[in-house]
Amino acid sequence: MEQVLQFFFEYKESIFIIALSIFLGIEVISNVPAVLHTPLMSGANAISGVIIIGGIILVGHANLSSFSLELVLGILALIFGTLNVVGGFAVTDRMLEMFKKKKK
Amino acid sequence: MDKVLGTLNGMSYTVGDTLLELSYLIAALLFVVGLKLLSHPETARRGNLWAAGGMGLAMITTLLLHKNSNGEGISLSNVWIILAAIGVGAAIGWMVARKVKMTAMPQLVSLYNATGGGASMLVALLEYPAAMAGDVQSIIVTVLGLIIGAVAFSGSLIAFGKLDGRVGDIMKPFMTYLNLVLLVATLGMGAFIVASPNPPAEMLWAIYTLTALSLVYGVMFVMPIGGADMPVVISLLNSFTGIAAAMAGFIYNNEAMILGGILVGAAGMILTVLMCKAMNRSLINVVIGAFGGGGAALDREQGTIKEITLSDAAVLLSYSQKVVVIPGYGLAVAQAQHIAHELDNLLEGKGVEVKYAIHPVAGRMPGHMNVLLAEADVPYEKLVEMDDINPDMPNVDVAIVVGANDVVNPAAYDDPSSPIYGMPIIDAHLAKNIIIMKRGMGKGYAGIENFLFFNDKTRMLFGDAKSSIQKLVTEIKSM
Repeated sequence: MEQVLQFFFEYKESIFIIALSIFLGIEVISNVPAVLHTPLMSGANAISGVIIIGGIILVGHANLSSFSLELVLGILALIFGTLNVVGGFAVTDRMLEMFKKKKK
Repeated sequence: MDKVLGTLNGMSYTVGDTLLELSYLIAALLFVVGLKLLSHPETARRGNLWAAGGMGLAMITTLLLHKNSNGEGISLSNVWIILAAIGVGAAIGWMVARKVKMTAMPQLVSLYNATGGGASMLVALLEYPAAMAGDVQSIIVTVLGLIIGAVAFSGSLIAFGKLDGRVGDIMKPFMTYLNLVLLVATLGMGAFIVASPNPPAEMLWAIYTLTALSLVYGVMFVMPIGGADMPVVISLLNSFTGIAAAMAGFIYNNEAMILGGILVGAAGMILTVLMCKAMNRSLINVVIGAFGGGGAALDREQGTIKEITLSDAAVLLSYSQKVVVIPGYGLAVAQAQHIAHELDNLLEGKGVEVKYAIHPVAGRMPGHMNVLLAEADVPYEKLVEMDDINPDMPNVDVAIVVGANDVVNPAAYDDPSSPIYGMPIIDAHLAKNIIIMKRGMGKGYAGIENFLFFNDKTRMLFGDAKSSIQKLVTEIKSM
């Protein structure tokens, strides 16, 4: 019990962020019409590409003086992350573009 | 930028550090607002752009202002490498996103989800050696990010393969147990790494083993799932990628990553649960109980299949008052959405009221049908959701089922032995006449017999959906 309380106190800020974000995520997307499920999923997918920040930090502080497997994998992570972000937002935009067109 | 503003907990911070954190706050808010706008038809496109803007902002400020623990910024040569990598990813991502056919959308979303999971996996794998021995929090989030990211990566790749028709469903009874063993082994390995007092540099073998186990688990986890459950799995994997990104966010103490990741994780999870509800199944049921191919256990009079000729169908449709088109994946495969719209225009010209009934899980992705029909310029107002059309079904003169099967299977109502028993369906069987367009007598994607085909009111129109509708249009025009 004491350990649990200790854990909570030490990481209380993270726990607050997690708890509130979960609520926010649920709240923001409930009541979505089925029409938008696919674009919403695809848009959310693009947001999960936020991992790219990690990729930038990783490669940004990598040591370039010698060739290493870490550097190659880091660059691969960056390319993957960008694919997720750019491809995800672009494909979502393309889907939504079609919805817009026919409203006129 | 390097001007020191003050100290906090013994660490001094500069103007640049403050601006960086501020930009993360703005990015996180843009994610929230973007997602909110994405859930309304009028504002959806703007919402997507706002979220993209938030991402762009966070990327630029990280590149310019991020400092490592020694207070060193990102050096210029590293900036060039980063820009080159981003350039490659962006060019490929953009081109594919612009060129892909709308029917292939679910595959593409799976593929992009795989890349996101893969990036999380690699980041966690590469950050692990830098963790301090005994720093339990860092090691927990790294291990979790690695496992979840790897499962999302390999799982999404398999999902991509299945949707693209490259990978078949493999279901063997022993796989449930094998998967359970794999899951326990993966989690056990993760717990072992977290509990180990050794410095991470000596635990590299363990982290590589964990990566391999997680990748294999991802493959085995998606392998037996198929049929109507595919949309659920995609949504679930999407949620995983978000959680993996959030875990990586904890490694860097980066609130934008944490918030963005958790937001997507929670939203994806809710969407998954909503979809399970639409099929009247629990998530555990989907994940563990692979969709059986049986189901035709109920032995009943099959009746006979009655075909309809094109000219009869044309007459029937032309003299109806209310026609409902029920599209399924078959329509998407045949690329028949444009010609279907031509048919409904033609009929409307003759004073027939035409609507499209959209089942929540029609197609291979939630809302897939809406996107396809939108591509063909079918107006919003004609797309009616299942719950709104069902009460009106008895008044419908003709229900045209185009390449759909399970979503109109009455077994959902009256056959407790059927795997889809209890799933809400579109009540095509209540319409006065039913025309079913199908390529042949094969079973639906879920592999269940459909007694709607043997209904007295049902007439079959065999052939590829696109050419069938094309011929129907010609026939009606010549009347």
